Amino acid sequence: MADVSAASQPRDAKAAGLTMSWTARIGWLLLVAYVLYAASLLDFSVERFVVGLDNAADLLARMFPPLFSRADLRDLMFRGLMESLQIAVLSSAFGIILSLPVGVLAARNLMPAWVTWPARGFIMLCRSFHPIIVAILFVKGVGFGALAGILALIVASIGFIAKLFAEAIEEISLKQVEAVRASGANFMNVLIFAVLPQVNARFIGFATYQLDSNLRNSTMVGIVGGGGIGGTLLSAFGRFDYDYVCAILIAIIAMIMVGELISQRLRALFL
Amino acid sequence: MSVMAVPDSAVKKSPKSAAVVIQDLVVAYQPGKPVLKGISLEIEDSSVTAIIGPSGTGKSTLIRSINRLVTPTSGSILFDGQDLAKLKGAELRVARRKIGMVFQEYNLVERLSVVENVLTGRLGVTPVWRVWLRKFPQEDIARAFDLLAQVGLEGYARQRADALSGGQRQRVGIARALMQEPRLLLADEPTSSLDPKTSVEIMELMTGLARARLVPLIVNMHQVDLARRFADRIIGMAGGKIIFDGPPDALTTAHLQQIYGGEGWLT
Amino acid sequence: MSTTVQSLEREWSRFTPAERLGRYFTYLIVVAAVLWALETVEIIPEFLADAPAQMVDLFQRMWPIDWSHYYQTDGMGVHHALVETIHIATLGTILAVVMAVPVGLMAARNVTPFWPANFLAKLILAASRSVNSLVWALLFVAIFGPGPLAGTFAIAFRSIGFVGKLLGEALEEAKSGTIEALQATGAPWLSVLKMGYWPQVRPAFWSIAVFRWDINVRESAVLGLVGAGGIGMIIDTSLNTFRWDRVAMALIAILVVVIAAEVLVTFVRKRIL
Repeated sequence: MADVSAASQPRDAKAAGLTMSWTARIGWLLLVAYVLYAASLLDFSVERFVVGLDNAADLLARMFPPLFSRADLRDLMFRGLMESLQIAVLSSAFGIILSLPVGVLAARNLMPAWVTWPARGFIMLCRSFHPIIVAILFVKGVGFGALAGILALIVASIGFIAKLFAEAIEEISLKQVEAVRASGANFMNVLIFAVLPQVNARFIGFATYQLDSNLRNSTMVGIVGGGGIGGTLLSAFGRFDYDYVCAILIAIIAMIMVGELISQRLRALFL
Repeated sequence: MSVMAVPDSAVKKSPKSAAVVIQDLVVAYQPGKPVLKGISLEIEDSSVTAIIGPSGTGKSTLIRSINRLVTPTSGSILFDGQDLAKLKGAELRVARRKIGMVFQEYNLVERLSVVENVLTGRLGVTPVWRVWLRKFPQEDIARAFDLLAQVGLEGYARQRADALSGGQRQRVGIARALMQEPRLLLADEPTSSLDPKTSVEIMELMTGLARARLVPLIVNMHQVDLARRFADRIIGMAGGKIIFDGPPDALTTAHLQQIYGGEGWLT
Repeated sequence: MSTTVQSLEREWSRFTPAERLGRYFTYLIVVAAVLWALETVEIIPEFLADAPAQMVDLFQRMWPIDWSHYYQTDGMGVHHALVETIHIATLGTILAVVMAVPVGLMAARNVTPFWPANFLAKLILAASRSVNSLVWALLFVAIFGPGPLAGTFAIAFRSIGFVGKLLGEALEEAKSGTIEALQATGAPWLSVLKMGYWPQVRPAFWSIAVFRWDINVRESAVLGLVGAGGIGMIIDTSLNTFRWDRVAMALIAILVVVIAAEVLVTFVRKRIL
């Protein structure tokens, strides 16, 4: 029927762009080759996997039922959880407060380059290391205990909130800023009346997200001596008390889920 | 065989041969609140049937129950020796292959190319492994190009569907439906998202292609003038019931008042 | 009638009384929580007084950085561990994506219109996310013994929740009309998946995978602290032998890799979206 067009147009699969492109094929091939190469490099084998399955069954058997019954261990767990909660609350509070100025300093539409570059570098540095690594340094600096954990999570909070806060400020409409500036307002007033109202909602979003994140990490900094339930968990692992490990894990997960529920409510209330 | 089951209601009498026979079709999305209140209808071979009526009257539900995008509450839809209303799973998929559909919002896969969109009309018969490896049979590809030429889109094959205009997208939609080599063509408000001029072009194209293939076409629409111009038969619906069924010439102002209610809108 | 409307309009305020009360209550709770934490947290004053001196000591011990520790021919250097870390992150991400795809499909209500399956999938995803990667690492060290195998599985199991949740959400955003059109051609489920859902979620899919890889590079750097392989092992041994100059070397290596990963990911995501 459409002979005329047929002559002018190639109509096989390749011309129609229907076959998988060569780059895609090579990409998938490379991916498979990489998986095989990396797996062999890391010494993976079916044998280890099979042995692992046996161990996993054994581990699960020893984890259940979880050990909640011993009062002394329960107290220990409760104290650890409370300390984790304290770490999370304090690091979030100070982290959020400190993120505000750092974020403003890093916003390129408000600040000159000689201010934003150091601020952005500082944020980058805060973000680059996992909170646990930062906690190691603070444990050396301020000794074992909750303070090291709090400081480590403050650093993590600044890295996250300040970065996103700065990005949010950079996306605001400058018309409102100009309008407030035109009324003769000084910098602080511009900030309070023109900038913050535009980013308020997003800031609360970041802050509540970081609260969740701090709560998760506050249960872990103890692994390197930063206080909280993590230390108790690690020593329970070390003693192979897997039923106690299981109890602690259940408690941690419950705490994190309740925390998430609360921060969801907070977000709903303020957004 | 299906002809024997025709009810002697107010519906059309003694068709030459019926492609689809709908009997006492009831659809209720919520129990006790039927959208379709017992529709009985026969669709002749190679005819263009337009269903008109106000919004929310069940036109769309009627069309969608034929290829079972909507599950009927009761009643039967006889097509090709089967009761579509009762089909499930693989049987339903086999039946759907024979029924092409054109949608109001075109419903193309926007991130795929035009020719791939046309080829999706063959998904019902193409083995899954071919689909996953994107190895469509050569004759299907050739047919897709033919169809694109027939709907006036040659040269667009490799463009992404989201780069096309509304009218062009609907042409792809028609090509996709025809790619199924359907024995029945359904169109659900195919021109409602288009401007008046494009609407006429699309209706012309769709009815022309359906007639040329002797495929019965059921189209629901709310533009009465378009229905009059392109359909052999008009079915007027109101309140989930058929209240007019006849050729375009028989559709009077009185009927339209009955279908749409009131008369202020007519002038 | 019109007067009541007017008075209602005049009384309009940004929040309903209940909302305002909720806000004040929240402020109160927040302040109370901070005060409670400040009051009760155990901070040893002697440690605090000693902190500045200890910090100075820390940096003095770190300097000069033991650059020679970067590459050691016996394979115990930073380089070897760093490569291992990247492999753990990458393999772990791939494994996670492979496992997360079926769970994500099951979690999406439009793909799997069967609520017990949705619920089960959401449960799996929540469980995966609630357990920290370090805890997963501890568990897998107990299962597979110390080494990168445990680390890879830890990364994978922690990432299932993240990838699966976002993938499920992306699937739920797929246009239903398009899917309906493909179903109307009588296409089998797997073909609808490939031609209907996949083109719509493909950018999101790659974006999620790459984003998670970036996070995993950071996370895999600490797994060694609990024996699950990678550069964390170097930090652990150096800490135990008080070789802070080596810790500093490892930290710089991590910094470079993390920044490079972020730059790469930003570039790739721009290409995808």
